[in-house]
Amino acid sequence: MNAIIISALWGIIMMFSGIVTNKAATIRNAAVLGLLLLLTGNYLDLIGYHFFPVDVHKMLFFDSFGLLANTIIFGATLIYVLLSGREIENITARIPVAECFALIFFVLCGVSLVTTFNTLLMLFLGIEIISIPLYILTGSDKKNLKSNEAALKYFLMGSFSTGLMLLGIALLYGASPTGTFSIDDLGVGKASLSALYISGLLLLLVAMGFKVSAAPFHFWTPDVYDGAPTVFTSFMATIVKAGIFIGFIRLFDETFSDSQARWQLFVAIITAVTLFIGNITAVFQQSVKRMLAYSSIAQAGFMLLALLSINGLAKEGILLYAAAYSLATIGIFAVLIKMKDYTFEGFNGLAKHHPVLAATCTIFLLSLAGIPLTAGFFAKYYMLASVIETGHFLWLVIFAVLCAAVSVYYYFRVIQAMYFKDGDAQVLELRPGFKGLLVVVAALILLLGVFPQVVLDRLHGLVYTW
Amino acid sequence: MIPVLLIAIPLAGGLAGFFIKNAQSARGWSFFVSLLALVVSLWGLSVGAQSPLLNADVEWLPGLGSRFAVGLDGMGQILCLLTAVSFPVIFLATWRNEYRKGWNFYALMLLSQAGLMGVFLAMDALLFYFFWELALIPVYFLCSQWGGEKRIQATFKFFIYTFVGSLLMLIAIIWLYSHTPDHSFSIKSFYELRNHINGGEQLWLFWLFFIAFAIKMPIWPLHTWQPDAYEQSPTATTMVLSGIMVKMGLFGVIRWLAPVLPVGTWAWGDTASALCIIGMIYASLVAIQQDDLKRLVAYSSIAHIGLMCLAIFATTASGMQGVMIQMFNHGINIIGLWIVIDLIERQMGTRKMSELGGLAQKAPALAILLVIVALANVALPLTNAFIGEFLLFSGVFSSKATQYNVVFTVVAGISIILSAVYTLNMIQRVFFGNTNTLTEKAKDIRLNEKVVLAAIVVLIVVIGVYPKPMLNLTKETVDMLITKMNYKL
Repeated sequence: MNAIIISALWGIIMMFSGIVTNKAATIRNAAVLGLLLLLTGNYLDLIGYHFFPVDVHKMLFFDSFGLLANTIIFGATLIYVLLSGREIENITARIPVAECFALIFFVLCGVSLVTTFNTLLMLFLGIEIISIPLYILTGSDKKNLKSNEAALKYFLMGSFSTGLMLLGIALLYGASPTGTFSIDDLGVGKASLSALYISGLLLLLVAMGFKVSAAPFHFWTPDVYDGAPTVFTSFMATIVKAGIFIGFIRLFDETFSDSQARWQLFVAIITAVTLFIGNITAVFQQSVKRMLAYSSIAQAGFMLLALLSINGLAKEGILLYAAAYSLATIGIFAVLIKMKDYTFEGFNGLAKHHPVLAATCTIFLLSLAGIPLTAGFFAKYYMLASVIETGHFLWLVIFAVLCAAVSVYYYFRVIQAMYFKDGDAQVLELRPGFKGLLVVVAALILLLGVFPQVVLDRLHGLVYTW
Repeated sequence: MIPVLLIAIPLAGGLAGFFIKNAQSARGWSFFVSLLALVVSLWGLSVGAQSPLLNADVEWLPGLGSRFAVGLDGMGQILCLLTAVSFPVIFLATWRNEYRKGWNFYALMLLSQAGLMGVFLAMDALLFYFFWELALIPVYFLCSQWGGEKRIQATFKFFIYTFVGSLLMLIAIIWLYSHTPDHSFSIKSFYELRNHINGGEQLWLFWLFFIAFAIKMPIWPLHTWQPDAYEQSPTATTMVLSGIMVKMGLFGVIRWLAPVLPVGTWAWGDTASALCIIGMIYASLVAIQQDDLKRLVAYSSIAHIGLMCLAIFATTASGMQGVMIQMFNHGINIIGLWIVIDLIERQMGTRKMSELGGLAQKAPALAILLVIVALANVALPLTNAFIGEFLLFSGVFSSKATQYNVVFTVVAGISIILSAVYTLNMIQRVFFGNTNTLTEKAKDIRLNEKVVLAAIVVLIVVIGVYPKPMLNLTKETVDMLITKMNYKL
């Protein structure tokens, strides 16, 4: 509860901070302070101190899985704001920075609803609270036609999927004998599954698939990610996506785990298609930003493996995956924003002029590709292991690793450009603090890759006691 | 203790090497570090097989059932010795090569040594996988940064190939792990798995492992990355690739495939052997056609590795002994050949045999040393390879695991004749005959090169005449393996 209330309150504070001061640095620092508060508040919630004793009538349920996910998401946001927060000022002249930060906090409020919901209504509310600020952020580069187009596209597609979601929820409500939205009761006693129930479930699956850009519902992703200001693409592709994924897993784990056999094949096919389309299309991109958009689809495919298997390994794994993927992608986007040219050629020879930038970027890319010693390896390991443990869908596991091998191709193109090609990579001005922070993020990824038990032990205990 | 040192010394040395920022001192430093590793490796040989110093086991990932378990058995000793001997030799032999930003080059070389040591020492499947990948990454950067003209494509092909293979292996490892009763990655649990998984499952698991190892060796038809990668890599890296890295594939089959999946290994033995045989003949025929010295040696290596892999599937004690000793010999011999090629290329600026000739008149010392190495390559008696290949052949011939043992022996024998054809042809075209305008100005080799080549020749002859200590070293491992490979147990 702490996180939901603090993020909402701080969002309002951020909104009005624009009146008190128009110094961007002050506003940014206020945002950092808010994030630190959020992290502490959430941590206190985790160890049992609740600031706001509100009776939620079982609409929300604050288990350690959700709260841990919150910790990862707020932590990632903090790193994101520290690395790229300044870039918000540079999107266009006279952009209202305070409002942008306010919207980010509202998104976080939505995310904390999605990670701890206990009725479908709360899930819906959370998804909407996430989506609406994102439509605005996507279009925040007002004079840029691509940004406008992206925002409109995102809005139309997003509303459409919201409609599907509502329909799905309504059908499930109708199918439940007692008439309930609570995920505790929805799944119980579904030995004879009605057509109503199954279609409601599938509609929810499709709607959530839209939100996490799973194929074949991914069409909005490349254009939106490409068109949105890069600093917000970074936010959408990592923090928001990870948050919605946690909700996705939670929904299917709590509600639909009894009927797993019915929907597993659908999820398997969606996963395979997502992996295939994401990876293959990413190979043909010329712009690193667009490549990252497709790579985020491909990574979503890997995360869907956790949805498929839904067991202890999957739940531990999705948290690790969310952390590993968000850290690495935020890092790469932070570097990408500093580049003058977003194509692969724009990275040529970066290692010569900016060795620190190139080295950290290499670690991020290796992590995304899932090479051992990086966090990405264990993330992928957990996803694969969770599916193997179910004993089925071995074809999907093999398909997934072949796709992972394809992903090496496009991630390594960036490494090749940075290290082995001659060129004069143009970079915007860098602060020393920025480089230092990149090194910290890279070190964090390596730490998670060599000693994941630092985090995992904690996860293990918490996920299994829950 | 000793295994930890073998990994830690090159690892720490390599990481420190990045900060030296001076090519000359970095070269000296890495040479020193590699010598230190050699000393530790010799120390490991001297303490005796039962010493507690040869094993180390520390908690690593308790949640996953994986431990940092490393140990030196007979096979590990041989391969670690090969790795430890090779690196100082390589550094010394390429002493005069200049590299742009040389400190990075030497640091990455040491890191790849750490990875290789880890592969040979790991007694835990996940740790093995870690090092398996870890050995690859520095080599990728070495080849892509300092290689020839087409280096980026060639190295990339190599990387993708091996990465696909290792991911398939990862699936197999996770699958096996999930079937161990105690949920552990340790080699003991893996060896006991044979009682828990049936033959049908072993049949497909075999390929998940074997593809990974076959790519690394390489076995036809998965070899296509190899000639390009050897040709385009800087010579020092080519030596690492061909001398040591290909042994990872053989080693993997011996330690992680054959004893873990005996039924699968037995059932697919003939298929795998047939691939080896085809590869041997194919590679030898292609080698005869080559004009480029590097490509010639690359193809000849495919043929030699094929023979070793064939002997593994024969499942006989003598064949397995042959594989052990031949893994070492092949590494030494091929590094010797690369050194000679590097010397020629540096002086003449070409690797084309058609442009060379008559070098023996100008560089007699080089010619003598090369002839000995080359004769070892065709396995003449008194050279180390003779004893190895003799054991391999007798192992294949006496094999009870296959009914095609005679066919395999005869066809493999043909490839040995072919290897004599291309090796002697190479000597003749490069060293004998008349000098031309290019080779007219050739000079003989310098002291450091003489020392290195002489050391290799001494090793070749000593092992060729008195192989007993080596054979004793691996006897226990071989007996254990043959028992474990018995699928009827």
